[in-house]
Order: sequence, then C-alpha cells, then structure tokens
Amino acid sequence: MTGAKVLLMMGCPEIPIQTSIALYLSHKLTKSGFDVTIAGTAAASKLLKVSDPDGYYVKKLVDLDKTIVNIIEKRTNFDLCFAFMHNDAGMTYATTMSSISQAKMYSIVFGRNAEALAETIEFDCEKIVSQDAHNPVRLKNKLDKVIEEIVK
Amino acid sequence: MSCIEQMKYTILLQRIGFKEAREYIEKNSEEVYYVSPGYKIFKDYYIIGVPPIAVGVKGSALIFPYTKPCHGSFVLSIENEESIKEINRLRETGGEKVTAPSKKGKPPESSKASLTSYGDMWKK
Repeated sequence: MTGAKVLLMMGCPEIPIQTSIALYLSHKLTKSGFDVTIAGTAAASKLLKVSDPDGYYVKKLVDLDKTIVNIIEKRTNFDLCFAFMHNDAGMTYATTMSSISQAKMYSIVFGRNAEALAETIEFDCEKIVSQDAHNPVRLKNKLDKVIEEIVK
Repeated sequence: MSCIEQMKYTILLQRIGFKEAREYIEKNSEEVYYVSPGYKIFKDYYIIGVPPIAVGVKGSALIFPYTKPCHGSFVLSIENEESIKEINRLRETGGEKVTAPSKKGKPPESSKASLTSYGDMWKK
C-alpha cells in the first residue's frame, strides 16, 4: 500500500481529540509511505494550521466541501479514507464519501455518543469506535492496530 | 460556500439529523424524488446525504436537505426560476416518483438510483 493516496476527512472540530488524532494519523501514515491529504472545515483546518505551523505533520490540507466536489467531478480520488465523525452530520458526510468514491472507508467514531452513532452507519467500512472526547490515547491505540494491518 | 447560501431560501427545519430531514421532505411534499449523494442542484450544490436522498416538490418550490458539519442537517425550500428548472429536470430524468408521500413508507427500491449523475460510483 506504500504510496497509496489517503484522505483524512475531518468534521466539526468541537470534540478536542479530532485535531490531535488527525495530526497523529497524518504523521504516522506519512512516515509509513502514504500520500496523505487532510480535508477539513474552515475551523478544523485552522486548528491544524495553528497546531502545526510549519507543516511538519500535515503535508496537504484542503477544504472538505471542495474535495467532495473534486471527487464527484472525478478530478481527484483516494485509495483509503479515514472519516472522523462524532455527530450525525459527520456520518452523513462519510456516507456521501462512501457513495461517490471507491476509497476503502474507515470510520473513526468518537465522542460521548460514539457507540450509538456507529450503529447508524449503513455503508461498508471498518469502524474504529471510542467514546472519548478529551483523552485521545484509547483511540490512538485502536488506530495503531488498524495502521499495523494496513501496512502489512 | 455553495451557491445555495447566496440564494433566497426558506429554512423549513434546522439542526436535525439527516433521517428527520428525509422524513420531513417525504411527508411535506407533493412529489418526492430520490437521488444519490452528490446529485447536483442549482449552479454548484452537490447534495450531501445518506441514500436514498429525498428531494421534494411543492408547487414550484424545490425542497431538499442541506448538511453542514458543525450545524447538522437542514431542510431548505427554494422557489424561483431556477427551482422550476430543477423540478423539470427531476421530472424528465426521474424514473419513479412518489406522490402523496405521507402514506408511504420506504421509497420504491427502483427509484433510489434513478436520478443519480454518479450511479456508477454508488456502492451499496
């Protein structure tokens, strides 16, 4: 899978662990040889830019809605997509991505209602679920196992 | 920012789950058509949603879901010359429609992908 194009799709950044996990995942996947792009809302992108001003962890940062349009219009595509979600809108965006792209989908479901939200997912994906909102360690550990499988 | 935000629209429901948006459209429209995620309406809005996505017609108004990551889903209504064009396009390109939807349950299976511009990409 080395060189594969990976999209990290961020949703609303109101749950703190999204930003740290996005930075971690971007770094870890880039180090493993993947071509990583992060797509986010304006606020989610600003959080990343302030956290990583020199672009050490985030190599490519793009607008979420424009990325969806580019995929629909076949101007870009990805091999893998990690979709962050902690609310119904995040799940709705991820479902849309699943419908318009051939990317293998990974749903990162977090926040206090993570398990209930995960049950609403109807598209084919691997679910990484953690009910945490502030402490990213449990979700990070789950993602480490997923990445380990991907790079095998 | 999509063109929707620059148009004159009416918010019929706001900050709801996508399923509620679909149910509202099904119950409050004279005609309902089902489209796939990414279906383009107006100049440059590609509908974000969970299939089957209901798009409703009431008179010359187009009723559709609009989802934003931080604010949830909305049901919007737009009634102008452009909405009439969109309604005509739905009527022309659509297969089965559902009328009097309040008495219906789930939409007919065959209508789910009938209007998509991106049907080849739809992964069930």
